[in-house]
Amino acid sequence: MYNTGLTWRRCLVYLVLVVLAVVFMVPLAVVVLNSMRTVADISQTSMIGWPREWAPGNFAVAWSHYCIAQTCEGIRPYMWNSMAITLPATILSTLLGAVAGYAISLWRFRGDTWIFGLVTLGVFLPEQMKLIPWVLVLRDLGLINTLTGLVVIHVVQGMSFTTLFCRNYYVAIPLDLIKAARIDGAGFFRTFGRIVLPLSPPILIVTVIWQFTGIWNEFLYGVTFVTGTQQPVTAALISLSATVAEVPQYGVQSAAVLVAAAPTLLIYLFGGRWFVRGLTAGAVK
Amino acid sequence: MAALNVRGVTKRFGTLDVLKGVDLEIDSGEFTVLVGPSGCGKSTLLNIIAGLETPSSGTVEIGGRVVNAVAPKDRDIAMVFQSYALYPSMTVRQNITFGMECRRVPKREREEALGRVARLLQIEPLLNRRPSQLSGGQRQRVAMGRALVRDPLLFLFDEPLSNLDAKLRVEMRMEIKQLHQRIRSTIVYVTHDQIEAMTMASRIAVINQGELQQFAEPDTIYNRPANLFVARFMGAPPMNTVAARLRTADGTLYAVLGEDRPDAVRLALPNPPATASEGDEVVLGIRPECIAEEQRRFGDDPRGSVTVEAPIEMIEPTGAETVVVLRLGGEQVFGRLSPDVKPTIGELSRFTLDTRKLCLFEPKNGMLIQ
Repeated sequence: MYNTGLTWRRCLVYLVLVVLAVVFMVPLAVVVLNSMRTVADISQTSMIGWPREWAPGNFAVAWSHYCIAQTCEGIRPYMWNSMAITLPATILSTLLGAVAGYAISLWRFRGDTWIFGLVTLGVFLPEQMKLIPWVLVLRDLGLINTLTGLVVIHVVQGMSFTTLFCRNYYVAIPLDLIKAARIDGAGFFRTFGRIVLPLSPPILIVTVIWQFTGIWNEFLYGVTFVTGTQQPVTAALISLSATVAEVPQYGVQSAAVLVAAAPTLLIYLFGGRWFVRGLTAGAVK
Repeated sequence: MAALNVRGVTKRFGTLDVLKGVDLEIDSGEFTVLVGPSGCGKSTLLNIIAGLETPSSGTVEIGGRVVNAVAPKDRDIAMVFQSYALYPSMTVRQNITFGMECRRVPKREREEALGRVARLLQIEPLLNRRPSQLSGGQRQRVAMGRALVRDPLLFLFDEPLSNLDAKLRVEMRMEIKQLHQRIRSTIVYVTHDQIEAMTMASRIAVINQGELQQFAEPDTIYNRPANLFVARFMGAPPMNTVAARLRTADGTLYAVLGEDRPDAVRLALPNPPATASEGDEVVLGIRPECIAEEQRRFGDDPRGSVTVEAPIEMIEPTGAETVVVLRLGGEQVFGRLSPDVKPTIGELSRFTLDTRKLCLFEPKNGMLIQ
């Protein structure tokens, strides 16, 4: 018989799950609570605690008044920097990856597996290994300390992932479709646009989420290649905590962290359902 | 005029010879079926004709023009795929007109062609559906519609019926045949199903291991197979092929099965091939339907029917007939009896053989002795 009642076994399972959930939630809870506390509150008691009085004003300060480096405009300009890097880099790398994956999977040509191997090698190269090569490339392109430079880096590096994702999705498309299109007289791009792209939303959503969160959260290149007001928000957050103040502004800093994390959280909330679906969907039928 | 002329076409993938020099000349209006076991190269040949693959050597001519260097879209062909290859994101209407759209055919002409084909195939109510909303048979029709709308010089069919269930396959088989009789187009049709080949073709090309075995009318393929492969591939159950020796007695040539055995069978050959002579070792080919119950008579000439005695080893009643496995001169052969006869396994029984259609093959190379 299938037992649906609360047995001690079941209680144990729930107990373990609840304990784990609490452990995982503690850092988030601390940040959320601190974002609502005043400086005095935190410094007089401890980092961990319930707000004695609510201070939602922290968010406004973090957004537009707080001083980072020499300017006092909060994290707002840096959020825009991040957006200006992430949006074009996500869209470009996804589209290029889709075309590359389509070419590799459905238009077999001599050496295609080698090219695919080389492209996906990028997935396994650690970021710090590529720092110096990128310095040289950006210098020669004259793109050091520009947002465009970061966009270029993220498009090129992201293509390894997006090509891999799209290629693995497209190999499930029957080759007969491509043959039929060739006989119908459709060329490379018409076949892509009219036949392959309409089958792609599940995998495009996956790559967009992947790229967006990856690029938004990227830190190393952000602090290395741009300085001052050009920095993305991840780099700005560090400058913010490094700002020498009389008392550490934990409340404002917590609020800034939450604001900076909001876009990726929102993407997951709205796209997460599709994300799982796209990762598991293989067959195009 | 030859609609299609294939000359010395070979195809090599690495070290593997998929096609070893195939020649085919197909007349306008013919329904040619390429048949052979899987992996024999028939689909590769079709793809080469379509221009989806390039031959390693040899030429392909369509409508008198060498098309080796011509792109598939410019070869004046249309193709129906085994998987139908309908574009999943397009409606039936878009699927059928996509080729014309790529060719920038004016919209009014497209609509006319679409209407004509939709009426012909009776798919008018389906035009706004997507392939996923269609049944297997409907998809098959749409795939044919996409080919028919082109009105090409040459239709290529790549196992178009093998994804359908048995009943639908028989229906569609009839329909394709009727369609061909109506529009009189030139068709090259690939299948591994020898019944499809027999029922539909005006000529059959049997292919094995990259080589053309025989290219002839269905009747010739069935009754005068060029070699043992064709004999054993066509027909279900296939032609019985047993070792025999030729002997002469009273001026008549006999084929003797199991000469050294007590149960040896002697079959007089009513029309022996000119090159056959006393003492030759041969392989005797006899179709299962040429082995029947004792009362059966084949033709008016009594010499065409020979009665023998043989033990029955197995019985397969199919309803329309009863297939029996028996031993002739020690060799296992299939026979087809009338369903009224109720044979018993293990018993000796008498059978009448049709010797008019016996085939003799060279044991060394398997070729038919003419």
